[in-house]
Amino acid sequence: MSGVRVLVGTRKGAFVLTSDGKREQWDVKGPLFGGWEMYHFTGSPADPDRLYASQSGGWFGQVIQRSDDGGKTWDPMDNEFSYAGVPGTHQWYDGTPHPWEFARVWHLEPSATDPDLVYAGVEDAALFRSVDGGKQWQEVRGLREHGSGPHWQPGAGGMCLHTIVLDPRDPGRMFTAISAAGVFRTDDAGKTWRASNRGLHSEGIPDGDAEVGHCVHNLAMHPSRPDVLFMQKHWDVMRSDDGGDSWQDIGGDLPTDFGFPIDVHAHEPDTVYVVPITSDSLHYPPDGKLRVYRSRTGGNEWEPLTKGLPQRDCYVNVLRDAMAVDSLDSCGVYFGTTGGQVYASADAGESWEPIVRDLPAVLSVEVQTLK
Amino acid sequence: MSATLIRIKLPQHLRTLARIDGQVELHVDGPVTQRSVLDALEASYPMLRGTMRDHVTQQRRAFVRFFACEQDLSHEPPDAPLPDRVVTGAEPYMIVGAMAGG
Repeated sequence: MSGVRVLVGTRKGAFVLTSDGKREQWDVKGPLFGGWEMYHFTGSPADPDRLYASQSGGWFGQVIQRSDDGGKTWDPMDNEFSYAGVPGTHQWYDGTPHPWEFARVWHLEPSATDPDLVYAGVEDAALFRSVDGGKQWQEVRGLREHGSGPHWQPGAGGMCLHTIVLDPRDPGRMFTAISAAGVFRTDDAGKTWRASNRGLHSEGIPDGDAEVGHCVHNLAMHPSRPDVLFMQKHWDVMRSDDGGDSWQDIGGDLPTDFGFPIDVHAHEPDTVYVVPITSDSLHYPPDGKLRVYRSRTGGNEWEPLTKGLPQRDCYVNVLRDAMAVDSLDSCGVYFGTTGGQVYASADAGESWEPIVRDLPAVLSVEVQTLK
Repeated sequence: MSATLIRIKLPQHLRTLARIDGQVELHVDGPVTQRSVLDALEASYPMLRGTMRDHVTQQRRAFVRFFACEQDLSHEPPDAPLPDRVVTGAEPYMIVGAMAGG
Protein backbone atom coordinates (compact mmCIF):
# COMPACT_ATOMS: atom_id res chain seq x y z
CA MET A 1 0.00 0.00 0.00
CA SER A 2 1.32 3.41 -0.87
CA GLY A 3 1.85 6.06 1.72
CA VAL A 4 3.62 9.29 2.49
CA ARG A 5 6.24 10.34 4.98
CA VAL A 6 6.39 14.07 5.67
CA LEU A 7 9.72 15.24 7.06
CA VAL A 8 9.41 18.43 9.09
CA GLY A 9 12.30 20.53 10.35
CA THR A 10 11.54 23.07 13.07
CA ARG A 11 13.33 25.56 15.31
CA LYS A 12 13.42 22.97 18.09
CA GLY A 13 13.72 19.56 16.49
CA ALA A 14 12.49 17.39 13.65
CA PHE A 15 9.23 15.49 13.23
CA VAL A 16 8.12 12.62 11.01
CA LEU A 17 4.47 12.54 9.95
CA THR A 18 3.27 9.40 8.21
CA SER A 19 0.04 8.31 6.59
CA ASP A 20 -1.28 5.83 4.09
CA GLY A 21 -2.22 6.89 0.57
CA LYS A 22 -5.56 8.27 1.72
CA ARG A 23 -3.72 10.87 3.80
CA GLU A 24 -6.54 11.13 6.33
CA GLN A 25 -5.02 9.63 9.48
CA TRP A 26 -1.57 10.73 10.54
CA ASP A 27 1.03 9.40 12.93
CA VAL A 28 3.30 12.05 14.39
CA LYS A 29 6.74 11.10 15.71
CA GLY A 30 9.23 13.41 17.31
CA PRO A 31 10.93 15.51 18.24
CA LEU A 32 14.11 14.08 16.84
CA PHE A 33 17.20 16.09 17.79
CA GLY A 34 15.07 18.04 20.28
CA GLY A 35 16.21 21.57 21.00
CA TRP A 36 18.25 21.94 17.81
CA GLU A 37 17.38 24.04 14.78
CA MET A 38 16.57 21.71 11.92
CA TYR A 39 17.01 23.89 8.85
CA HIS A 40 16.41 20.98 6.51
CA PHE A 41 15.29 17.36 6.77
CA THR A 42 14.95 15.36 3.59
CA GLY A 43 15.15 11.94 1.97
CA SER A 44 17.01 10.40 -0.93
CA PRO A 45 14.81 9.84 -3.98
CA ALA A 46 17.10 6.93 -4.85
CA ASP A 47 16.63 5.17 -1.51
CA PRO A 48 13.67 6.22 0.63
CA ASP A 49 15.26 4.73 3.75
CA ARG A 50 18.20 7.14 3.39
CA LEU A 51 17.38 10.38 5.22
CA TYR A 52 19.56 13.42 5.78
CA ALA A 53 19.09 16.14 8.37
CA SER A 54 20.84 19.43 9.00
CA GLN A 55 21.02 19.99 12.77
CA SER A 56 22.48 23.23 14.05
CA GLY A 57 22.43 25.70 16.88
CA GLY A 58 24.15 28.75 18.24
CA TRP A 59 25.91 26.82 21.01
CA PHE A 60 27.37 23.79 19.33
CA GLY A 61 27.37 24.59 15.62
CA GLN A 62 26.57 22.23 12.79
CA VAL A 63 25.82 18.51 12.82
CA ILE A 64 24.75 16.43 9.83
CA GLN A 65 22.67 13.36 10.67
CA ARG A 66 21.97 10.40 8.42
CA SER A 67 19.54 7.53 8.74
CA ASP A 68 19.65 4.37 6.64
CA ASP A 69 16.46 2.86 8.01
CA GLY A 70 13.82 5.47 7.32
CA GLY A 71 14.49 7.44 10.47
CA LYS A 72 14.53 4.71 13.11
CA THR A 73 18.22 5.21 13.89
CA TRP A 74 20.61 8.02 13.13
CA ASP A 75 24.35 8.56 12.91
CA PRO A 76 26.24 11.86 12.89
CA MET A 77 28.20 12.39 9.70
CA ASP A 78 31.06 14.75 8.91
CA ASN A 79 30.33 18.30 9.99
CA GLU A 80 33.45 19.99 8.64
CA PHE A 81 32.53 22.45 5.92
CA SER A 82 35.84 24.09 5.11
CA TYR A 83 36.01 26.50 2.23
CA ALA A 84 38.50 25.49 -0.42
CA GLY A 85 41.73 27.43 -0.73
CA VAL A 86 41.99 30.90 0.72
CA PRO A 87 38.35 31.86 1.20
CA GLY A 88 38.76 35.59 0.62
CA THR A 89 35.95 38.01 1.33
CA HIS A 90 32.43 38.95 0.33
CA GLN A 91 30.70 42.21 1.13
CA TRP A 92 29.28 42.83 4.57
CA TYR A 93 26.07 44.77 5.23
CA ASP A 94 28.00 48.02 5.35
CA GLY A 95 29.80 47.31 2.10
CA THR A 96 33.12 46.44 3.70
CA PRO A 97 34.92 43.18 2.84
CA HIS A 98 34.06 40.34 5.22
CA PRO A 99 35.79 36.96 5.39
CA TRP A 100 33.80 33.94 4.34
CA GLU A 101 32.70 32.20 7.56
CA PHE A 102 30.71 28.98 7.74
CA ALA A 103 27.55 29.33 9.83
CA ARG A 104 25.18 26.46 8.98
CA VAL A 105 23.75 24.18 6.34
CA TRP A 106 20.49 25.57 5.00
CA HIS A 107 19.61 22.91 2.47
CA LEU A 108 20.54 19.34 1.60
CA GLU A 109 19.81 18.07 -1.90
CA PRO A 110 20.29 14.33 -2.44
CA SER A 111 20.81 13.01 -5.96
CA ALA A 112 17.79 11.46 -7.64
CA THR A 113 19.81 8.40 -8.65
CA ASP A 114 22.70 7.93 -6.20
CA PRO A 115 21.88 7.73 -2.48
CA ASP A 116 25.48 8.57 -1.55
CA LEU A 117 25.64 11.75 -3.61
CA VAL A 118 24.29 14.76 -1.76
CA TYR A 119 24.79 18.51 -2.03
CA ALA A 120 24.70 21.01 0.81
CA GLY A 121 23.94 24.70 0.49
CA VAL A 122 25.50 26.67 3.32
CA GLU A 123 25.82 30.10 4.91
CA ASP A 124 28.11 31.94 4.11
CA ALA A 125 27.01 31.07 0.63
CA ALA A 126 28.77 28.08 -0.86
CA LEU A 127 27.96 24.68 -2.28
CA PHE A 128 29.43 21.47 -0.84
CA ARG A 129 29.24 17.95 -2.22
CA SER A 130 29.57 14.55 -0.59
CA VAL A 131 29.95 11.38 -2.64
CA ASP A 132 29.88 9.05 0.36
CA GLY A 133 26.59 9.87 2.01
CA GLY A 134 27.90 12.72 4.13
CA LYS A 135 31.05 11.12 5.52
CA GLN A 136 33.14 13.83 3.89
CA TRP A 137 32.29 17.17 2.31
CA GLN A 138 34.20 19.04 -0.37
CA GLU A 139 33.38 22.51 -1.56
CA VAL A 140 32.26 22.90 -5.16
CA ARG A 141 34.60 25.85 -5.32
CA GLY A 142 33.77 27.05 -8.82
CA LEU A 143 30.58 28.67 -7.55
CA ARG A 144 32.07 30.80 -4.79
CA GLU A 145 34.98 31.60 -7.07
CA HIS A 146 32.59 32.86 -9.72
CA GLY A 147 33.96 36.30 -10.49
CA SER A 148 31.14 38.03 -8.65
CA GLY A 149 31.77 36.30 -5.30
CA PRO A 150 33.59 39.21 -3.63
CA HIS A 151 30.55 41.40 -4.36
CA TRP A 152 27.89 39.11 -2.89
CA GLN A 153 26.07 40.60 0.08
CA PRO A 154 23.90 38.97 2.75
CA GLY A 155 20.16 39.43 2.91
CA ALA A 156 18.53 40.04 6.26
CA GLY A 157 18.59 36.30 6.97
CA GLY A 158 22.28 35.92 6.24
CA MET A 159 24.20 35.18 3.06
CA CYS A 160 22.92 31.71 2.41
CA LEU A 161 22.78 29.25 -0.43
CA HIS A 162 19.31 27.95 0.22
CA THR A 163 18.11 26.33 -3.00
CA ILE A 164 19.65 23.57 -5.11
CA VAL A 165 17.81 22.23 -8.15
CA LEU A 166 19.27 19.24 -9.99
CA ASP A 167 18.38 18.71 -13.64
CA PRO A 168 17.09 15.12 -13.95
CA ARG A 169 17.93 15.05 -17.65
CA ASP A 170 21.54 16.16 -17.35
CA PRO A 171 23.69 15.28 -14.30
CA GLY A 172 26.05 18.11 -15.19
CA ARG A 173 23.42 20.81 -14.90
CA MET A 174 22.22 22.31 -11.66
CA PHE A 175 20.87 25.58 -10.36
CA THR A 176 21.55 27.24 -7.04
CA ALA A 177 20.00 30.32 -5.48
CA ILE A 178 21.73 32.62 -3.03
CA SER A 179 20.35 35.44 -0.92
CA ALA A 180 21.13 38.06 -1.93
CA ALA A 181 23.14 37.25 -5.04
CA GLY A 182 20.67 35.41 -7.26
CA VAL A 183 20.57 32.28 -9.40
CA PHE A 184 23.68 30.53 -10.70
CA ARG A 185 23.76 27.67 -13.17
CA THR A 186 26.42 25.12 -13.99
CA ASP A 187 26.43 22.86 -17.04
CA ASP A 188 29.62 20.99 -16.15
CA ALA A 189 28.83 19.49 -12.74
CA GLY A 190 30.02 22.51 -10.83
CA LYS A 191 33.34 23.39 -12.44
CA THR A 192 32.09 26.65 -13.90
CA TRP A 193 29.05 28.74 -13.14
CA ARG A 194 27.27 31.69 -14.61
CA ALA A 195 24.74 34.08 -13.18
CA SER A 196 21.22 33.36 -14.47
CA ASN A 197 19.38 36.50 -13.49
CA ARG A 198 18.51 38.24 -16.76
CA GLY A 199 15.02 39.65 -16.53
CA LEU A 200 15.03 40.00 -12.75
CA HIS A 201 14.43 43.47 -11.40
CA SER A 202 14.88 44.35 -7.75
CA GLU A 203 14.16 47.53 -5.86
CA GLY A 204 16.59 48.37 -3.12
CA ILE A 205 19.79 47.61 -5.00
CA PRO A 206 21.72 50.29 -6.84
CA ASP A 207 21.18 48.80 -10.29
CA GLY A 208 17.80 47.12 -10.26
CA ASP A 209 18.67 45.02 -13.30
CA ALA A 210 22.14 44.00 -12.14
CA GLU A 211 23.54 40.66 -13.19
CA VAL A 212 24.08 39.72 -9.52
CA GLY A 213 22.54 40.98 -6.28
CA HIS A 214 18.92 39.77 -6.39
CA CYS A 215 17.26 38.23 -3.36
CA VAL A 216 15.85 35.04 -4.87
CA HIS A 217 13.82 33.15 -2.27
CA ASN A 218 13.13 29.80 -3.92
CA LEU A 219 13.12 27.88 -7.22
CA ALA A 220 11.01 24.99 -8.47
CA MET A 221 11.21 22.71 -11.49
CA HIS A 222 9.00 19.93 -12.78
CA PRO A 223 11.21 16.94 -13.59
CA SER A 224 9.50 16.34 -16.93
CA ARG A 225 10.35 19.83 -18.15
CA PRO A 226 13.74 20.84 -16.78
CA ASP A 227 14.11 23.94 -18.93
CA VAL A 228 11.15 25.54 -17.18
CA LEU A 229 11.89 27.07 -13.80
CA PHE A 230 9.63 28.93 -11.42
CA MET A 231 10.96 31.46 -8.94
CA GLN A 232 9.65 33.21 -5.87
CA LYS A 233 11.81 36.28 -5.48
CA HIS A 234 11.82 38.73 -2.56
CA TRP A 235 9.18 40.52 -4.59
CA ASP A 236 8.00 39.00 -7.89
CA VAL A 237 7.04 35.53 -9.02
CA MET A 238 9.04 34.67 -12.14
CA ARG A 239 9.31 31.98 -14.79
CA SER A 240 12.06 30.92 -17.15
CA ASP A 241 11.46 28.79 -20.23
CA ASP A 242 15.10 28.59 -21.27
CA GLY A 243 16.86 27.03 -18.32
CA GLY A 244 17.40 30.28 -16.50
CA ASP A 245 18.81 32.27 -19.42
CA SER A 246 15.97 34.75 -19.03
CA TRP A 247 13.05 35.34 -16.69
CA GLN A 248 9.54 36.76 -17.08
CA ASP A 249 7.23 38.08 -14.39
CA ILE A 250 4.20 35.79 -13.88
CA GLY A 251 2.82 37.45 -10.75
CA GLY A 252 -0.30 38.41 -12.72
CA ASP A 253 -3.31 38.78 -10.46
CA LEU A 254 -1.70 37.71 -7.18
CA PRO A 255 -2.72 39.96 -4.27
CA THR A 256 0.98 40.40 -3.49
CA ASP A 257 3.94 38.82 -5.20
CA PHE A 258 6.11 38.75 -2.08
CA GLY A 259 6.62 35.34 -0.51
CA PHE A 260 9.05 32.54 0.16
CA PRO A 261 8.16 29.04 -1.15
CA ILE A 262 7.13 27.98 -4.64
CA ASP A 263 6.34 24.48 -5.82
CA VAL A 264 4.98 22.59 -8.83
CA HIS A 265 2.24 19.96 -8.97
CA ALA A 266 3.68 16.45 -9.32
CA HIS A 267 1.72 15.62 -12.49
CA GLU A 268 0.84 18.99 -14.02
CA PRO A 269 3.96 20.95 -14.95
CA ASP A 270 2.01 24.18 -15.36
CA THR A 271 0.29 24.00 -11.98
CA VAL A 272 2.23 26.13 -9.53
CA TYR A 273 1.73 27.00 -5.86
CA VAL A 274 2.81 30.07 -3.88
CA VAL A 275 1.87 31.57 -0.52
CA PRO A 276 1.60 35.36 -0.88
CA ILE A 277 2.89 37.34 2.09
CA THR A 278 1.90 40.93 2.71
CA SER A 279 5.27 42.59 2.15
CA ASP A 280 8.96 42.55 2.93
CA SER A 281 8.28 44.33 6.21
CA LEU A 282 5.05 42.48 7.08
CA HIS A 283 5.88 38.78 6.99
CA TYR A 284 2.33 37.48 7.35
CA PRO A 285 -0.55 36.84 4.97
CA PRO A 286 -2.66 39.76 3.71
CA ASP A 287 -5.71 40.55 5.83
CA GLY A 288 -4.91 37.77 8.32
CA LYS A 289 -6.10 35.15 5.78
CA LEU A 290 -3.83 32.20 5.07
CA ARG A 291 -4.26 31.50 1.36
CA VAL A 292 -2.26 29.31 -0.97
CA TYR A 293 -2.50 30.56 -4.54
CA ARG A 294 -2.49 28.13 -7.43
CA SER A 295 -1.96 28.82 -11.10
CA ARG A 296 -2.94 26.12 -13.59
CA THR A 297 -1.61 28.13 -16.49
CA GLY A 298 2.04 28.34 -15.54
CA GLY A 299 1.56 31.73 -13.97
CA ASN A 300 -0.24 35.06 -14.41
CA GLU A 301 -3.69 33.66 -13.54
CA TRP A 302 -3.95 32.63 -9.91
CA GLU A 303 -6.75 31.34 -7.72
CA PRO A 304 -6.87 31.45 -3.92
CA LEU A 305 -7.14 28.11 -2.11
CA THR A 306 -8.77 28.66 1.25
CA LYS A 307 -10.89 25.67 2.21
CA GLY A 308 -9.66 24.45 5.59
CA LEU A 309 -7.15 27.28 6.05
CA PRO A 310 -7.70 30.02 8.65
CA GLN A 311 -9.39 33.03 7.06
CA ARG A 312 -9.16 35.41 9.97
CA ASP A 313 -6.60 36.45 12.56
CA CYS A 314 -3.79 34.42 10.99
CA TYR A 315 -0.36 36.05 11.10
CA VAL A 316 2.07 33.23 10.41
CA ASN A 317 4.68 32.99 7.68
CA VAL A 318 5.60 30.08 5.42
CA LEU A 319 9.35 29.84 4.90
CA ARG A 320 11.12 29.02 1.66
CA ASP A 321 11.75 25.32 2.25
CA ALA A 322 8.46 24.69 4.03
CA MET A 323 6.32 23.52 1.08
CA ALA A 324 6.39 20.22 -0.78
CA VAL A 325 4.27 17.92 -2.95
CA ASP A 326 3.86 14.16 -3.01
CA SER A 327 3.52 12.13 -6.21
CA LEU A 328 0.42 10.10 -5.48
CA ASP A 329 -2.25 10.09 -8.21
CA SER A 330 -4.11 12.88 -6.52
CA CYS A 331 -1.19 15.18 -5.82
CA GLY A 332 -0.74 16.03 -2.16
CA VAL A 333 0.48 19.47 -1.18
CA TYR A 334 1.98 20.24 2.24
CA PHE A 335 3.27 23.31 3.98
CA GLY A 336 4.37 24.32 7.46
CA THR A 337 4.10 27.67 9.19
CA THR A 338 6.10 29.70 11.63
CA GLY A 339 3.17 29.14 13.99
CA GLY A 340 3.90 25.42 14.08
CA GLN A 341 1.06 24.14 11.92
CA VAL A 342 1.61 21.65 9.12
CA TYR A 343 -1.25 21.66 6.61
CA ALA A 344 -1.91 18.93 4.06
CA SER A 345 -4.10 18.79 1.01
CA ALA A 346 -4.76 15.40 -0.57
CA ASP A 347 -6.56 16.97 -3.53
CA ALA A 348 -4.00 19.31 -5.07
CA GLY A 349 -4.98 22.22 -2.88
CA GLU A 350 -8.77 22.16 -3.12
CA SER A 351 -9.08 21.51 0.62
CA TRP A 352 -6.68 21.50 3.56
CA GLU A 353 -6.42 19.88 6.96
CA PRO A 354 -3.87 20.53 9.67
CA ILE A 355 -1.83 17.42 10.41
CA VAL A 356 -0.42 19.07 13.53
CA ARG A 357 -1.05 22.51 14.98
CA ASP A 358 1.44 23.16 17.73
CA LEU A 359 4.95 22.33 16.62
CA PRO A 360 7.80 24.81 17.00
CA ALA A 361 8.17 27.20 14.07
CA VAL A 362 8.48 25.13 10.91
CA LEU A 363 11.63 25.66 8.86
CA SER A 364 11.28 22.93 6.27
CA VAL A 365 8.80 20.41 4.90
CA GLU A 366 9.69 17.58 2.53
CA VAL A 367 7.59 14.63 1.43
CA GLN A 368 8.51 11.10 0.50
CA THR A 369 5.99 9.10 -1.49
CA LEU A 370 6.37 5.51 -0.36
CA LYS A 371 5.40 2.61 -2.60
CA MET B 1 54.54 11.23 31.76
CA SER B 2 51.86 8.62 32.30
CA ALA B 3 48.27 8.94 31.21
CA THR B 4 45.93 10.64 33.67
CA LEU B 5 42.28 9.78 34.22
CA ILE B 6 40.21 12.95 33.80
CA ARG B 7 36.51 13.38 34.51
CA ILE B 8 34.57 15.47 32.01
CA LYS B 9 31.04 16.74 32.35
CA LEU B 10 29.26 17.60 29.09
CA PRO B 11 26.07 19.58 28.45
CA GLN B 12 22.92 17.66 27.62
CA HIS B 13 22.99 18.28 23.86
CA LEU B 14 26.53 16.97 23.54
CA ARG B 15 25.82 13.96 25.76
CA THR B 16 22.89 13.12 23.50
CA LEU B 17 24.96 13.61 20.37
CA ALA B 18 27.76 11.40 21.70
CA ARG B 19 25.34 8.91 23.33
CA ILE B 20 26.90 9.39 26.74
CA ASP B 21 25.17 8.84 30.06
CA GLY B 22 26.63 10.78 32.97
CA GLN B 23 30.22 11.91 33.08
CA VAL B 24 33.02 10.85 30.78
CA GLU B 25 36.25 9.44 32.14
CA LEU B 26 39.17 9.67 29.76
CA HIS B 27 42.89 8.98 29.91
CA VAL B 28 44.85 12.04 28.84
CA ASP B 29 48.46 11.63 27.80
CA GLY B 30 51.00 14.24 28.79
CA PRO B 31 50.20 17.62 30.33
CA VAL B 32 46.55 18.05 31.19
CA THR B 33 45.36 21.18 29.42
CA GLN B 34 42.21 22.38 27.71
CA ARG B 35 43.70 21.30 24.40
CA SER B 36 44.79 17.83 25.51
CA VAL B 37 41.47 17.16 27.21
CA LEU B 38 39.47 18.21 24.15
CA ASP B 39 41.82 16.26 21.87
CA ALA B 40 41.24 13.13 23.93
CA LEU B 41 37.50 13.72 24.10
CA GLU B 42 37.22 14.21 20.32
CA ALA B 43 39.39 11.16 19.67
CA SER B 44 36.99 9.01 21.68
CA TYR B 45 33.86 10.73 20.41
CA PRO B 46 34.52 11.99 16.85
CA MET B 47 30.97 13.29 16.50
CA LEU B 48 31.90 16.06 18.98
CA ARG B 49 34.45 17.54 16.59
CA GLY B 50 33.43 21.03 15.61
CA THR B 51 30.83 21.35 18.36
CA MET B 52 33.09 22.83 21.06
CA ARG B 53 35.81 24.48 18.97
CA ASP B 54 36.21 25.43 15.36
CA HIS B 55 37.49 22.68 13.08
CA VAL B 56 40.17 24.84 11.51
CA THR B 57 41.13 27.54 13.99
CA GLN B 58 40.53 25.38 17.10
CA GLN B 59 39.04 28.48 18.73
CA ARG B 60 36.42 27.83 21.42
CA ARG B 61 32.91 28.34 20.08
CA ALA B 62 31.55 31.57 21.47
CA PHE B 63 28.74 30.00 23.53
CA VAL B 64 30.81 27.16 24.95
CA ARG B 65 32.44 27.70 28.35
CA PHE B 66 34.94 25.68 30.38
CA PHE B 67 34.54 25.59 34.16
CA ALA B 68 36.39 23.68 36.88
CA CYS B 69 36.97 24.06 40.61
CA GLU B 70 34.53 26.97 40.73
CA GLN B 71 36.59 28.91 38.19
CA ASP B 72 35.75 30.06 34.66
CA LEU B 73 38.67 28.76 32.61
CA SER B 74 37.14 29.72 29.26
CA HIS B 75 39.65 32.45 28.57
CA GLU B 76 42.72 30.56 29.69
CA PRO B 77 45.24 29.72 26.95
CA PRO B 78 44.46 26.27 25.53
CA ASP B 79 47.85 24.95 26.63
CA ALA B 80 47.67 26.26 30.20
CA PRO B 81 47.77 23.50 32.85
CA LEU B 82 44.39 22.67 34.36
CA PRO B 83 43.93 22.78 38.17
CA ASP B 84 45.45 19.92 40.16
CA ARG B 85 42.06 18.70 41.34
CA VAL B 86 41.06 18.18 37.69
CA VAL B 87 44.33 16.42 36.96
CA THR B 88 43.87 14.08 39.92
CA GLY B 89 40.26 13.39 38.97
CA ALA B 90 38.92 14.90 42.18
CA GLU B 91 36.95 17.53 40.24
CA PRO B 92 35.37 17.27 36.78
CA TYR B 93 36.26 19.50 33.86
CA MET B 94 32.93 21.00 32.91
CA ILE B 95 32.05 21.92 29.34
CA VAL B 96 29.05 24.19 29.54
CA GLY B 97 26.63 25.77 27.11
CA ALA B 98 26.51 29.47 27.94
CA MET B 99 23.30 30.71 29.51
CA ALA B 100 20.94 32.44 27.14
CA GLY B 101 17.49 33.79 27.71
CA GLY B 102 14.51 34.01 25.44
